[in-house]
Amino acid sequence: MSAITRDEVAHLARLSRLALADDELDHFAAQLDQIVGAVARVSEVAAEDIPPSSHALPLTNVFRPDEVRPGLSPEGALSGAPAVEEDRFRVPRILGEEA
Amino acid sequence: MSLIHKTAAELGRLVAAREASAVEVAQAHLDRIAEVDGEINAFLHVEAESVLAQARAVDERLARGERPGPLAGVPVAHKDVFATADMPTTAGSKILEGWRPPYDATVTRRLREAGLVILGKTNLDEFAMGSSTENSAYGVTHNPWDRSRIPGGSSGGSSAAVSAYEAPLSTGTDTGGSIRQPAAVTGIVGMKPTYGGSSRYGLIAFASSLDTPGPFARNVLDAALLQEAFSGHDPLDSTSIDAPVPPVAEAARQADVAGLRVGVVKEFGGDGYQPGVLARFHEAVELLESLGAKVVEVSCPSFTYALPAYYLIAPSECSSNLARFDAMRYGLRVGDDGTRSAEEVMALTRAAGFGPEVKRRIMLGTYALSSGYYDAYYGQAQKVRTLIMRDFEAAFHQVDVLVSPTTPTTAFPIGERADDPMAMYLADLCTIPSNLAGNAAISVPCGLADEDGLPVGLQIMAPVLGDDRCYRVGAAVEKAYESRWGGPLLAKAPAL
Repeated sequence: MSAITRDEVAHLARLSRLALADDELDHFAAQLDQIVGAVARVSEVAAEDIPPSSHALPLTNVFRPDEVRPGLSPEGALSGAPAVEEDRFRVPRILGEEA
Repeated sequence: MSLIHKTAAELGRLVAAREASAVEVAQAHLDRIAEVDGEINAFLHVEAESVLAQARAVDERLARGERPGPLAGVPVAHKDVFATADMPTTAGSKILEGWRPPYDATVTRRLREAGLVILGKTNLDEFAMGSSTENSAYGVTHNPWDRSRIPGGSSGGSSAAVSAYEAPLSTGTDTGGSIRQPAAVTGIVGMKPTYGGSSRYGLIAFASSLDTPGPFARNVLDAALLQEAFSGHDPLDSTSIDAPVPPVAEAARQADVAGLRVGVVKEFGGDGYQPGVLARFHEAVELLESLGAKVVEVSCPSFTYALPAYYLIAPSECSSNLARFDAMRYGLRVGDDGTRSAEEVMALTRAAGFGPEVKRRIMLGTYALSSGYYDAYYGQAQKVRTLIMRDFEAAFHQVDVLVSPTTPTTAFPIGERADDPMAMYLADLCTIPSNLAGNAAISVPCGLADEDGLPVGLQIMAPVLGDDRCYRVGAAVEKAYESRWGGPLLAKAPAL
């Protein structure tokens, strides 16, 4: 039995905002099935009472003084933009036609 | 001896004493790059004029009486995952082709302040995801020992540049082994500092709880000097440790392991390990014993699950981090013909701009984090991470350092694992635990495997903020081997 189906991979590609071609879906489905099957080994570990670690070091929230510091200029912030208009990022439409 | 064969420490001394200029040192390395990089492809970007301008500026600083540090005037090759305001920064990806960041990474800034001369940007697996540098969108890098083999990854351009004498030093990042594994398979020194010891600000993120900048060099002292130059607390990185940098350069000068307790990790060895790698590793353990170390076997049972836990945690963090590549504010944009929605443009851009391994990891992470699977995969992997940290903690109660082979095999042939992700992932079997636990670990050369004559690395792991122990043990091993071999391992590499 496969750990992950082609339909699930198509769903993951949509969630991941990846417009994959059909042949890519086939290829990735086989590979992801193999990888998920291998990483699922973590379930063999008896860890009910073990707390999860999101990080290796004990971290606390870090604050800095609320002081004005130099930041990026508008030109700097826009310097890598694919499209710019009137000192702003120009983007494709975000709302549907009917909006 | 020509300038390119000198150590970084020696080059720094020559420049400081005005016996060689930073410009002469930079030019010698630019000449070497022009001569051999066509066959190695370590660099993605080298601009001779800007390199020489940096070198002239260092010579002027020294002439004014400034003393920026022991590496002033020494060239460094910089992994193309650190932001550089004056050079393109691609992370090895088409999605960032031609991008110039509006600011420098903290590591970049500190290299400049310390007077290092940045020779150029080095090749890497796309977004630092891989163990062979084959996942770069800009071609594969070749191992200088055997050009049909991989130089390791993800920092394979950096390991190849140093082992091919194109640079005395280079930077890397280590998320699952991406400094130690390339160092091992090219016969040089590579160090993963304690997580949080070196800043991630301006480092293009892969897995934020694991990513750690670190140095490559041809000897232990040079690596320590480079680590000192770019390490230390950075208020711009909220996970940066607010504590003094461990005395790594001092430790690299104390090549002494008498009385030190060394643990051999029982779980690393056996099936899947190349016999020639294990033979060199066992010799290295005997060597440590002959130098006065007390060697014991240590069990870390959860290390067996480090690889699967890592391939849930790292892709999960990657799927979140790489969401920033949305075709809106920087980088590639594909299919924006005026009719498509932002979401469609985003999906077309990401499909065109990311390579197969990055797509696999984004989807794997999305899967591990999705509702219904979260507890079984990501949640469980985080618990395994706790157990691995506890194994280290228990081990470091018994011993001062742990040792293992750095990699299960020597450099494999280019293409051999390119479309077999699980086989590729095995290259990081021994290095991953220290990423999950955040502790320091180094790889130093320990000889050539009998089967193929290729370099083998010894991994030395120390506790969190015990970076100096890695260097101290590394220096002792290096000193003993160099007297046995009559010089560094790299001297045995075929001439390019």
